[in-house]
Amino acid sequence: MAYQKINAHIRPLGDSALVIQLGDGISLAIHEKVKNISNLLEKEPFTGLIESVPSYNSLTIYYNPVAVFLSNTDKASASPYKKVSAIILSLLDQLETSETSEQRLITLPVVYGGEFGPDLEYVASYHGLSVEDVIEIHSSNEYLVYMIGFAPGFPFMGGMDERIATPRKDSPRLAITPGSVGIAGKQTGIYPLETPGGWQIIGRTPLDLFLPELSPPTLLQAGDRIRYVPITLEEYAVYKEMKQ
Amino acid sequence: MSIKVIHPGLLTTIQDLGRFGSQKFGVIVSGAMDPISLRIANLLVGNNEGEGALEITLLGTTLQFDTDELVAITGGDLQPTIDGEKAPMWRPVLIRKGSVLQFKSAINGCRAYVAFAGGIVVPEVMGSKSTYLRAAIGGLQGRALQKGDELDSGDSNPLSQAFVQQLEKMTAHFNWSVDYTEFISFDKTQTIRVLHGAEFERFDIESQQAFYSKPYKLTTQADRMGYRLDGEPLSLSEKFELLSEGVTYGTIQVPSNGQPIILMVDRQTTGGYPKIGQVISVDLPCLAQMQPNTNIQFKKFSLEQAEVELIKQEQLLRKLAMGIHFKALHK
Repeated sequence: MAYQKINAHIRPLGDSALVIQLGDGISLAIHEKVKNISNLLEKEPFTGLIESVPSYNSLTIYYNPVAVFLSNTDKASASPYKKVSAIILSLLDQLETSETSEQRLITLPVVYGGEFGPDLEYVASYHGLSVEDVIEIHSSNEYLVYMIGFAPGFPFMGGMDERIATPRKDSPRLAITPGSVGIAGKQTGIYPLETPGGWQIIGRTPLDLFLPELSPPTLLQAGDRIRYVPITLEEYAVYKEMKQ
Repeated sequence: MSIKVIHPGLLTTIQDLGRFGSQKFGVIVSGAMDPISLRIANLLVGNNEGEGALEITLLGTTLQFDTDELVAITGGDLQPTIDGEKAPMWRPVLIRKGSVLQFKSAINGCRAYVAFAGGIVVPEVMGSKSTYLRAAIGGLQGRALQKGDELDSGDSNPLSQAFVQQLEKMTAHFNWSVDYTEFISFDKTQTIRVLHGAEFERFDIESQQAFYSKPYKLTTQADRMGYRLDGEPLSLSEKFELLSEGVTYGTIQVPSNGQPIILMVDRQTTGGYPKIGQVISVDLPCLAQMQPNTNIQFKKFSLEQAEVELIKQEQLLRKLAMGIHFKALHK
């Protein structure tokens, strides 16, 4: 495919990071652009680059402004933010759109509702559905892991049915049990560790998502395709035992 | 084994400047809440400024030394004593074998740092010695210090050896310390300078004004992950749901209850609440040293000016590093 100019909006995230916004909403096409820029930056890092973090439709670039400042030969524009923005824009110019890369399909067992999914009934009543409907809808779609973020190994997945999209809780919970499967707007995801969080919790998986001894240290990675399979409490216990 | 933990205190962990490069796997950065105090502590004992040191929070911590150690104590004043005598802060200190270093409660600030010449010997996890408690990685077995723990310091270098020689010979003349006021203040009420967050314009006018005019109280729900504030509730002109994206140290998010949360070093890598502001880097150490139930006054600042301040601070720190070097070699 020919070189194609990419539409992007760059904005600061404080004085040491910036966000490249590549579009709105959750779409595969935008996600591919995010991945391509991330790859290009990894291949051609600029002086002062610390790391980049992809999300659905943007890429956050963390840099050391002092290192950028010192590497700047053009003293007329001393602002590290302006300097990094200029570098990013020139990278975007040489960006090539590429084919969709190959993806893994992973199935994740989940116990829905009850003590493991305290917000399942709220999600159902919010949409005027039965609890069974919500489980059926949530476990029948295939999801794409767009990003890992928030906590080590936390997968943010797109592809969820609008019929069960539910806003975050007004005030985040202080502690969510590891393995909890949640919904926030049109996203679904899983909490790998005990952390505070504002997503609506509908179930729990017995699998470990953060594996610090492995490299990469996560069960799921951006680009994976996911299916949820409802299981019973007994099956959950069997999975947990298998891990021991 | 050289340093024994007699009493761990409220929360004492090993921290360096943070774990970078794995945020794309959701691995949190962590690191010292007050990176300036950590860097100065390390410089004072001849270490690389990003070496791992102890971060002691608010209360207590008693360490017994089984060998002579060159240390530096910086950050908040938690009333450190050596064998009952007031311990000097912000300069190199030689602690003798058998001595006890004890911290009481904070009379100013919130976190003290103790650097040891040669650093602390613990394995790096994903490139950092920083403890991340929630994932139980880094530091000493991924956890806070406990009674009975033993810490080892690494090999010292010529700079720290020069300080040791000076301290052994001429203690009476060793009367200098770093003027930290150029870098950080420990005031009870802090004016914290912020840049507009990406969603600032989507808050209603009253909220935009309140954010910069009303004080916000730091609640007791304030830890290494985030500071929950209490004050005039902030509301959006129109409700909307954001997709999660990258956040950083000092990002001020507002959940729907309207009370801002400032993300700190153990923050999540991405967040989805509207961002009303972003604390500028040079004010993060002051924020990190605030105690619960004290007040923050936010002040609007510009990106260009924040960059200038940051570069100025770095130049000051370079000058300080040179000054410390000079003190070590000038006999």
